[in-house]
Amino acid sequence: MDDLTLQRRSPLADLADRMRDGAVTGSRHVRLAELPFWTMISVRVDPGSPAAAAVEGVLGADLPRWCGQVTAHGLDHVLWLGPDEWLIVSEVAPSDLHGALTDAVGEAHAAVVDVSANRTLLELSGPGARSVLEKGCPVDLHPRAFEVGRAVSTTLARVPLLLCQTGPDTYCLLPRSSFAQYVACWLLDAMQELGSDFQDGSAS
Amino acid sequence: MLLLNCPWCGPRDETEYHYGGQAHVPYPEEPSTLTDEEWAEYLFFRDNPCGPFAERWVHSAGCRRWFNVVRDTRTYQVLAVYTHSDPRPAVGFGAQAGGPR
Repeated sequence: MDDLTLQRRSPLADLADRMRDGAVTGSRHVRLAELPFWTMISVRVDPGSPAAAAVEGVLGADLPRWCGQVTAHGLDHVLWLGPDEWLIVSEVAPSDLHGALTDAVGEAHAAVVDVSANRTLLELSGPGARSVLEKGCPVDLHPRAFEVGRAVSTTLARVPLLLCQTGPDTYCLLPRSSFAQYVACWLLDAMQELGSDFQDGSAS
Repeated sequence: MLLLNCPWCGPRDETEYHYGGQAHVPYPEEPSTLTDEEWAEYLFFRDNPCGPFAERWVHSAGCRRWFNVVRDTRTYQVLAVYTHSDPRPAVGFGAQAGGPR
């Protein structure tokens, strides 16, 4: 069979040039990039059940047990979406990971679904990244309330998405593919003013 | 703007939630035996108290779980947040129950 992955287009392929040109320089520099084609598997299972233990065995990592927690092992990252719902973001091929998980779960009461095309991943990085997100995200992203390695399901510019902090000045955003263009354009617009040297004195 | 304390996700803005109306309205045990009036009562008639009110909310932009909130309709103060497996808290009810002061 032909390798269909050669045919695929990311949801933001059309915006790649605008995102590259939209990078802001200066003291509060910030840049936006799409990191497409991650494998994403949605898992729903009772966290105390044998099926959950089987999923953890395949992943080599515990399923996160509280909001914001991310566990990782090898190429897999597991995000908490709800008390019985998780999203695995991985670099393993979708068919391999999905197959291993469905085999492990067997006939148990659980759902393992390949949702790789559901979302795309945007990376916003630079000292100005938090200022940009704070314009449209209701979650408190200040270091006293949020930190590297946290991931939450929230909204940005009224659009639901997953937000993870992957570095001191780096955030990953996972909007639905159909919202990705809106989110990217909103971010590019929100980034623009950070190119100015004007300081409002309220930086914290 | 309300700051609701999701039992699973912690404090989040009201914009992440959707409202689900009055809590503790059980589905009738034998719907087919109800009169039209009783069915209409179940479907459409809800309390509208001036004071503490138990209501349902869903954290639609977060964990997508339903839970209950006791909110004072006069002050918008959130008096209690509890899940469906928790008993209905006594806060706000009892002496004040039953209507306006």
